[in-house]
Amino acid sequence: MANHPTPEQTSIARLSDALSKNKASSRELTESYLSRIQSLDSRIGAFLHVAPELALAQADSADAARREGKNGPLLGVPIAIKDNMCVEGMPTTCGSRILENFNPPYDATVIARLKAAGAVILGKLNMDEFAMGSSCEHSAFHPTSNPWDLERIPGGSSGGSAAAVAARLCAATLGSDTGGSIRQPAALCGVVGLKPTYGLVSRYGLVAFASSLDQIGPFTATVEDAAIMLDAIAGHDPLDSTSAPIEKLRYAESLKHSDGIFKGLRVGLPKEYFIAGTSPEVDAAVKAAIASMEAAGAELVEISLPHTDYGVATYYVVATAEASSNLARYDGAQYGHRAKDAKNIIEMYTRTRTEGFGAEVKRRIMLGTYALSAGFYDAYYLKALKVRTLIMRDFENAFRQCDIIATPTSPTAAFKRGEKMNDPLQMYLSDIFTISCNLAGIPGISLPCGFTEGGLPIGLQLLAPAFQETKLLQTAHAYEQSQEWWKRTPNF
Amino acid sequence: MSEFTREQVRKVATLSRLAFTDEEADAFAEQLSRILVHVEKLGELNTDGIEPSPHALVLTNVLREDERRPSLAREAVLMNAPEQEAGCFKVPPIIQES
Repeated sequence: MANHPTPEQTSIARLSDALSKNKASSRELTESYLSRIQSLDSRIGAFLHVAPELALAQADSADAARREGKNGPLLGVPIAIKDNMCVEGMPTTCGSRILENFNPPYDATVIARLKAAGAVILGKLNMDEFAMGSSCEHSAFHPTSNPWDLERIPGGSSGGSAAAVAARLCAATLGSDTGGSIRQPAALCGVVGLKPTYGLVSRYGLVAFASSLDQIGPFTATVEDAAIMLDAIAGHDPLDSTSAPIEKLRYAESLKHSDGIFKGLRVGLPKEYFIAGTSPEVDAAVKAAIASMEAAGAELVEISLPHTDYGVATYYVVATAEASSNLARYDGAQYGHRAKDAKNIIEMYTRTRTEGFGAEVKRRIMLGTYALSAGFYDAYYLKALKVRTLIMRDFENAFRQCDIIATPTSPTAAFKRGEKMNDPLQMYLSDIFTISCNLAGIPGISLPCGFTEGGLPIGLQLLAPAFQETKLLQTAHAYEQSQEWWKRTPNF
Repeated sequence: MSEFTREQVRKVATLSRLAFTDEEADAFAEQLSRILVHVEKLGELNTDGIEPSPHALVLTNVLREDERRPSLAREAVLMNAPEQEAGCFKVPPIIQES
């Protein structure tokens, strides 16, 4: 049993403090994380690519900047990035063979912003192929293991991002969330995962899966750290036409005003999210968390989100339709895999895609193509877009009665590798609590609220109205600090 | 109606530029049929008079002045090209001589 650092030792806030006081240099910190990755990641499989030279060069720049008097909460702090965001100088594979040797010639906007803040990028993290999956078993390269139990999945699609933070292989990571792909792995790996409001964080340089649903967000050991990361990456970007033209707020600063947040806070409990099918241990832990909020002064309000049951169906039409369009570009013409000796262009497209894509990606492309095809467009795609309106209205109505919504993030704790691979529909249905949030565009966070008897993490999900990340983070921070869950670290 | 037959799989596969063996097509047909049964739940809902929402938040088209701005250098654009010639991406024939 190895002795792994705890969040109290290695949160961004803690590391930044140590760096400011010259207790360590960024180079030392980076070397120490690279060493941990080298000796431990073979057990976890979080990383697809590690970039020691680039990282150490960034660390040295950060140390030099600090000597010149610069400072900032991310200056010199080592992080890692889900492999669907472009980082110049490193491959971006999206967990797929079709992009196995793709080296992006530019940085995603979020990467440019993190670099400007002086963060050190250690490498790229494993994921379900093209972000399609809930277990990280659909990566074309290898599965990732859950640091709390190596025979279990870390969740997905941002499985590597969640596992890397839980295993303390870096201080924080970025992931992406289209139907729960940040929040669910955060819950299963016992870390904080935030999906911001759609449009708050630029998607420029994020490989698109479903353009109306995708959002980039941080995985961290604490809510404060998530606020620090959000401060760095949020804000309007002229390179993303879906980027919200709102004024940027100061999230980490706002946490200082979290005292007493529960007094009079109306916490909505949607009855459709507290159902049979959720494991009793998850149910108990989430209810205990809610009870502690009530004890701190919150008013619990029973609400209804009546179209919850239609969320998975809606998502698997909308997201797959958008994906079928977004993934049409992988045809072998300009980058990525190209099938050899194709006699004509159509053969090149067909063989390239057949050779390059995995089964889950093919399944979703087919579903999406079907839903958009002549004769089926109205019955499937248009219908799903109307149901999306109903789901959006559910949340609008709910937020007239409450300020924050609290639910379990996932109906179960981490399941065993291979357990759900035979039935794609079973895997899809496990996203039931996270999916509606993406359809409605609102922000959501998952944070630890307990453990099963077997030592597996349980996640509490909080949802807020669009662009109310401040309230969301303050509530999450106050709950987190009232408990000791965030201090635990796995013993792999 | 919601049944995905092998024929249907082949039609959609052609549109998607994917190719399957008979066994793969049958396996996909079965999986997709089951998913479609779930998706058809949406038919239970009355959505008369409901506007479709392609996005969750109100978005309007973003425009800018049509001025030249810095872009990627040609070498960067071609950096990942599987085949290139004379500064262009090279692909197999698109138009066949008949």
